[in-house]
Amino acid sequence: MLARAIDQLVRREGPRVLAGLIRWSGDFDLAEEAFQAACTQALEAWPRRGLPERPGAWLTTVGRRRALDLVRRRPPDVPLEPALSEALAAEAVEPGGTPDVEDDRLRLLFTVCHPALAQPAQIALALRTLCGLTTGEIARAHLEPEPTTAQRLVRAKRKIAEARIPFEVPPADRLAERLDGVLSTIYLVFNEGFSATEGESWIRPDLCAEAIRLGRLVVELLPGEAEAEGLLALMLLHDARRPARTAEDGTLVPLEEQDRSRWDRGLIDEGAAVLDRAVARGAPGPYQLQAAIAALHVRAARPEDTDWPQIAALYGALLRHSPSPIVELNAAAAVAMARGPEAGLEWMERLDRSGMLAGYHLLPAAQADLLRRLGRADEARVAYGRALALVRHPAERRFLERRLAALG
Amino acid sequence: MQYIVLIYGSEKGWSSMSKPQVEQMYAEYAQYSQDLAKAGVLRAGSELKPASTATTVRVRGGKRQVTDGPFAETKEQLGGYYVIEVPNLESALDWAARCPSARDGSIEVRPLAQSAQG
Repeated sequence: MLARAIDQLVRREGPRVLAGLIRWSGDFDLAEEAFQAACTQALEAWPRRGLPERPGAWLTTVGRRRALDLVRRRPPDVPLEPALSEALAAEAVEPGGTPDVEDDRLRLLFTVCHPALAQPAQIALALRTLCGLTTGEIARAHLEPEPTTAQRLVRAKRKIAEARIPFEVPPADRLAERLDGVLSTIYLVFNEGFSATEGESWIRPDLCAEAIRLGRLVVELLPGEAEAEGLLALMLLHDARRPARTAEDGTLVPLEEQDRSRWDRGLIDEGAAVLDRAVARGAPGPYQLQAAIAALHVRAARPEDTDWPQIAALYGALLRHSPSPIVELNAAAAVAMARGPEAGLEWMERLDRSGMLAGYHLLPAAQADLLRRLGRADEARVAYGRALALVRHPAERRFLERRLAALG
Repeated sequence: MQYIVLIYGSEKGWSSMSKPQVEQMYAEYAQYSQDLAKAGVLRAGSELKPASTATTVRVRGGKRQVTDGPFAETKEQLGGYYVIEVPNLESALDWAARCPSARDGSIEVRPLAQSAQG
């Protein structure tokens, strides 16, 4: 029982302590090794001597001592961060628990999401350092062999050290641009978790929960950023529908067929409240628009209550803000619901002819769905065939096959 | 920390510029070099002659192989470089973004190896 409580405590305090050690030492590897040692020592010492009054400070102090031990064993010509060399000279470490630990986590987030690092590396580093996932857990989450993940982490940490990516929150004039990158990395983590609907999901650590945790971190540490709140709201509102998204056999359940009583009311309320706060700041952006669309979906008690004209208008705004063929496809689907299948179909056919979504299975799937609604069964069959030739995810394939079979 | 700022651009683009455009470009580079020098970060730098003047040499099995042209034929060619000394990658990128060729070419920023830094 105590061991479990200690384990939870270490997990909760861990990311803050690690972020602080990274800033203090200026060295990811050294900080991680020292942090691991501090955790091991905690698991050994706390059951015997009882919990320290401030566990985070305890871990930081022990971690710093351990880091100094490690540095003393290094060749003398490796340059050191000022804090490390001062501590070495004084042969003592300052007690841990500096007041700006929160800032350290924010600095760490901006550092690991620096655009000088490839996005897969950003994701792996964020999960490793800010969420406390092990390399093995990150590898399983991305369905890649553990040595690949390990290599990715090693290379990214080496680049941070050798190219000297600074451990800092960017200055005000760069903040907006850099925050975009941070938010898009977080959303990518979320989407990886959200599209993991297939059988292997039980071995996948909950990437959605980790992404939401990172989203909360940004909102908490950078108050007043409407798009950060927009992203958090978007993730909460999507996540609310997760329990109803897959049937027991793993088949994807489309929105209109989902059992709405299984949606998580708590998450919906929280997401809607966060979105309201964001919108009130009067700085609209793509995450807020997407969250507003998600909110309209989850607020409808029955599928037929959905406010499609409003959703179509929001997609129009999103399209003006960040034009992309995929947003256009969604806009066309919303128009089909708001103004009838013909209007949507015409738009989708134009998209099809443009070739911008060639190879993307959701375009013929959406066309097939509208043709089905219009009773044009033969054309719908052809379109389902095109979608099935392109689809890769087994749950989506089963869904399309079921729809095709229902056409008779 | 010292970084090399490698300036890649299309030589075709350069050669199709009008005389006033070329003069304008040189004026911008003169200003940029002056800004680097004034900020005390400039360590070295030069424009390079066109890639058509490049010669590549390799020694294989003790034998010298000399070929005409740059090491790799690419759409954008190395046209010049600066070596700057700044605290970290962030400030190196800030300076690189101010390079006149950043607008139509590509600027690669790489740290010099520690041993090369005085």
